[in-house]
Amino acid sequence: MSENGSSLFRRATGQNDRKTVTFGDAAAVQSLPLWSALSLAALVLFWWAATRTWGFPAEFRAATKADFAANGERFTQAKMLVQCNGAPADVCDESMYTQWLSPRSFPSPPDTWSGFKMLWTDGYKGVTLLTHAGTSLWRVLRGMFWGCLIGIPVGMAMGLSSRLRGIFDTIVELFRPIPPLAILPLFIIWFGLGDPSSVKLLIFASVWIMIIAARAGVRTVNLSKVRAAYSLGASKWQVLRRVILPNALPELFTGIRVALGVSWGTLVAAELTGTGVGLGTMIFQAKNFFLLDVVVVGTATIAIIGVLMDMLMRIVEARLIPWRGKG
Amino acid sequence: MKDLKVAGIDMVYAVPKGSPVHALSDVSFDLEAGRLLTLLGPSGCGKTTLLNILAGFLAPTGGTVTLGDDLITGPGQERGMVFQQGALFEWLNVEQNVAFGPKMNGADKAETKEKVEDLLRTVGLQGFGDKRIYELSGGMQQRVALARCLANDPDVILMDEPLGALDALTREKMQGLILDLWKDTGKTIVLVTHSVEEALYLGDRLFVMAPRPGRIERDYELPFARTGLEVEPRALKASPEFIDKREEILSLIWEMEEEIMGHEG
Ligand SMILES: Nc1ncnc2c1ncn2[C@@H]1O[C@H](COP(=O)(O)OP(=O)(O)OP(=O)(O)O)[C@@H](O)[C@H]1O
Ligand SMILES: [Mg+2]
Repeated sequence: MSENGSSLFRRATGQNDRKTVTFGDAAAVQSLPLWSALSLAALVLFWWAATRTWGFPAEFRAATKADFAANGERFTQAKMLVQCNGAPADVCDESMYTQWLSPRSFPSPPDTWSGFKMLWTDGYKGVTLLTHAGTSLWRVLRGMFWGCLIGIPVGMAMGLSSRLRGIFDTIVELFRPIPPLAILPLFIIWFGLGDPSSVKLLIFASVWIMIIAARAGVRTVNLSKVRAAYSLGASKWQVLRRVILPNALPELFTGIRVALGVSWGTLVAAELTGTGVGLGTMIFQAKNFFLLDVVVVGTATIAIIGVLMDMLMRIVEARLIPWRGKG
Repeated sequence: MKDLKVAGIDMVYAVPKGSPVHALSDVSFDLEAGRLLTLLGPSGCGKTTLLNILAGFLAPTGGTVTLGDDLITGPGQERGMVFQQGALFEWLNVEQNVAFGPKMNGADKAETKEKVEDLLRTVGLQGFGDKRIYELSGGMQQRVALARCLANDPDVILMDEPLGALDALTREKMQGLILDLWKDTGKTIVLVTHSVEEALYLGDRLFVMAPRPGRIERDYELPFARTGLEVEPRALKASPEFIDKREEILSLIWEMEEEIMGHEG
């Protein structure tokens, strides 16, 4: 291949082309959009090809009929299949299972698309995809709000006082490694099924992250800045509000981004607690009826919203903290 | 204007799991208002420690500092500080940095704005008000630090190696700026430096300090800062009187350094 050939697959910035040392110049490595598009296309192609072989029976498509519960025959079949999962062999046999659904069944891209359209207009059990997603998002935001409201002051207090640090350190270190899922049974007993326990679970998922981010953020303050502020007549409160807090913003933002990701990921588990609406609930209920297209659309929605949230946070961060990583 | 009185300052740092460090021993001097004092000495002789005590950031283990009639027990706006670097607030722009002091005091907004503009003009940064700190060169950042410190109209300005991180050319320009400011405002300035030439050129009075324990070894009265306002700086620095003094102080410091090396070796 010619060195100068301006291929679509090579970086477009001319000045970098003049570098002779390229392998090992890790800081200059960036994601090439064309390659990203290619890999995405390959994924879809693989998806399409694979589902050509292992089809997804029409009976199980949500799109066949929006109100799946009214479809008596299909409902019974699905119920039988669900029962087969744990029933004695004389009640169910393997053939019943495979008759309806190959174990490798997966909705093809067109199946998924029609499932998406159905979920978008008619919804699952009369609740549209947008409502499911909005409900889930609202839960995450409430969880994050309380997580920040509790975590940031506690973390900052830990960063500012040795005594408070001593008090909270053991608690934080002890609770932080607990996976939110492991604490879920307790939360269900304490707070009941549904919204209350799922939002509290998301608080649990985010609060430790925010505490640690705030503690780290406070620590990044340069003593000279604090001293300069006092010399300029600032009170303790003003030093906290005008120096330590803004100085900690980059770390706080990193914390919020990480906590948002974790919360969003924990959401499916949180919604297992049986809230009527929400992406996680939708997925788990649809699974019971083998509505795999609903499952796939729900999962993809979780992924896409996760990516969008992170992108949004990056934009907000660039706006709010332009000094990050400079000077 | 207020005189600065330093009486019998002793400073011993307690070191966890180690012997305490005697950073300053019986440091005493009077500095009349409006003088420009430069502090010079080998590394570790207690210059920063002394400056931090004057600023009120550290309480000495012995002795007192008074400004006018007030005993210094903590930081205060009548004593402004210019740090070597890293003390500007990155989350604020230039204007907001300079306005920080007045804002903390609840000063009138319109008045502050006018004052800030004035100060930016004084330090040669007119039109840079809405720039971010990271958009400025090191020299410009130190100009902002100076302006920020002046905004509260302090009696004393303390500077710890304010030009230490700058290149030679920028440094010379900034020396001129400091001299001009000193002449125009008549403020008392205490400036720490590692450069003998800078200490001589800026100092209207100069202490050469010695280490272990830190103390004032020599106290010079110097003519250069006042002439420096009229004469061309390069010519002044090349004059025989200036060079003589420079050599004298350099050999003094070299002697101390050799003594330190002897201690360690
Ligand atoms: N916080 C501290 N704890 C213990 N010892 C300290 C502390 N700060 C300074 N010292 C010691 O006190 C002595 C004086 O330090 P200081 O920083 O005042 O010197 P300096 O003259 O400013 O040096 P330099 O020219 O390198 O800036 C040194 O021996 C130093 O090791
Ligand atoms: Mg020092």
